[in-house]
Amino acid sequence: MNAAIELSGINVTFGAGAKAIEAVGHVDLSIAKGQFVSLIGHSGCGKSTLLRVIADILEPTMGTTEILGAPPAKARQERTFSMVFQQSILMPWANVIDNVTLPFKVGGKHDPSLGMDPMDALKLVELEGFAKAKPAELSGGMRQRVAIARALVTRPKILLMDEPFGALDELVRDTLNVELLRIWRQSGMTIVFVTHSLQEAVFLSQRVVVLSRRPSQVSDILDVDLPDERTLELKDDPRVGRQVARLRALLDAG
Amino acid sequence: MTLAAPNNARKDSKGLLRYLPQEGPLRVAIMGGFGLISILVLWQAICMILQVPDYLVPSPIKVFAAMRRDWVLLADNSVPTIKAAFYGFVIGNFIAVLVAVTFVYNKLIEEMYYPVAILIKTIPIVAIAPVLKLILGNGLAPKVAVAALICFFPTLVNAVRGFRSVSPNLLELMHVLSASRGEVFRYVRVYGALPYVFSALKISVTMCVLGAIVGEWIGANKGIGYILIQSMFDFDAPRLFATILVASTIAIIGFTIVSVLEKLVISWDPGESV
Repeated sequence: MNAAIELSGINVTFGAGAKAIEAVGHVDLSIAKGQFVSLIGHSGCGKSTLLRVIADILEPTMGTTEILGAPPAKARQERTFSMVFQQSILMPWANVIDNVTLPFKVGGKHDPSLGMDPMDALKLVELEGFAKAKPAELSGGMRQRVAIARALVTRPKILLMDEPFGALDELVRDTLNVELLRIWRQSGMTIVFVTHSLQEAVFLSQRVVVLSRRPSQVSDILDVDLPDERTLELKDDPRVGRQVARLRALLDAG
Repeated sequence: MTLAAPNNARKDSKGLLRYLPQEGPLRVAIMGGFGLISILVLWQAICMILQVPDYLVPSPIKVFAAMRRDWVLLADNSVPTIKAAFYGFVIGNFIAVLVAVTFVYNKLIEEMYYPVAILIKTIPIVAIAPVLKLILGNGLAPKVAVAALICFFPTLVNAVRGFRSVSPNLLELMHVLSASRGEVFRYVRVYGALPYVFSALKISVTMCVLGAIVGEWIGANKGIGYILIQSMFDFDAPRLFATILVASTIAIIGFTIVSVLEKLVISWDPGESV
């Protein structure tokens, strides 16, 4: 079996009767192991909703989800996946290292030897000197790095990211984009990345899933034609520009 | 290029004030001290000019003289009051936090007993005190009970709010991490509630002194409450005022201790969004 995530006939409807809002219409999607896939769509189209279904935060009204062959609840309990949210969601009362080690302290017995050394996780996001700092002492970009370290510390097979760099300024976002690609290449994880930035989606991903307006469906999938080795300079490359334009056309068509 | 100084810059203080720190606890203490002294001076002046008799309103000098004269008596009688207030503070707040946790985790119990708690709160404490004396007798117990009861409600309300104040984002993260209810409580809810609980403790630490004194009014042969009543019967206004000052000092010390503890425990900005 080659799929990391398999969504079949997913429908999410909030409420019931006349006031029911259908957020996700009907989504069938298969994401292969080790791929970097972005979900993109118009604002409010349900891309975050779909990610929350995968993360077992939300139960779909219809359809089934499989994560490496297991239902999402089991995958969640087994720490098959980690999630990074738009906000860093750090505990303000705990220092950086305590925030990073939170996944080891909660959620039942997990063999810490299967995870990463928390200091190595901090090193990976280049924050090794800030283990004892409180979140309030860090910039927005640094906080988001802590959140990424917290997600990586359990060595998940899948990383779900819900607009993780959406609240950051462009320069910080660029740096984190490059770092994320480096981490992805080193780890061999599957990454599902929700973003509203077309350029970010093209730059990071191997495949971009385009969702239609609400109730969303997969309207198209763009296979990104860029070299595997991606540096920051590539963001200004005409090839990125061309694929961003294609993506925009696909979005408008959807 | 030169930049003009911003016109909202703080102007340098003139005269003696320039020796004061611009901000901080020392400035607050010094300025508060000046305010207090000015009122005492005014009070002394009014007493002297209008020749107010001592048995009605004694001048500050007379009050301090009474304090010097009776300091052994006042110190001895402070002990039972402080004891009752302290035990009441600990017991009242402990039970309040325990009940708050029960309410947060059991909606049914909250629906049944929150209205009862409000009902008890609406009964004036001076009306409950005789009942407690009847039930608990003459010793320390009724005073502790009154002090505990007066602490209970503000802490209950604030603790319930605090335990519920947790950011939904953090709860979502804990869900993704498959945290149990106990783990959510231990790692998240407790910390979320602490700022609210400390706000309540700062109120109840002064209220518990009041509770102990009310308890002593109903029946005691020692304590600050007893001395207050006794001084009133003796028409010893300077001692009455001196006793009030002692009661107030006890409350201020309690408030300061809780405030220092709050600073030590809450090392983060509670208003920070997560």
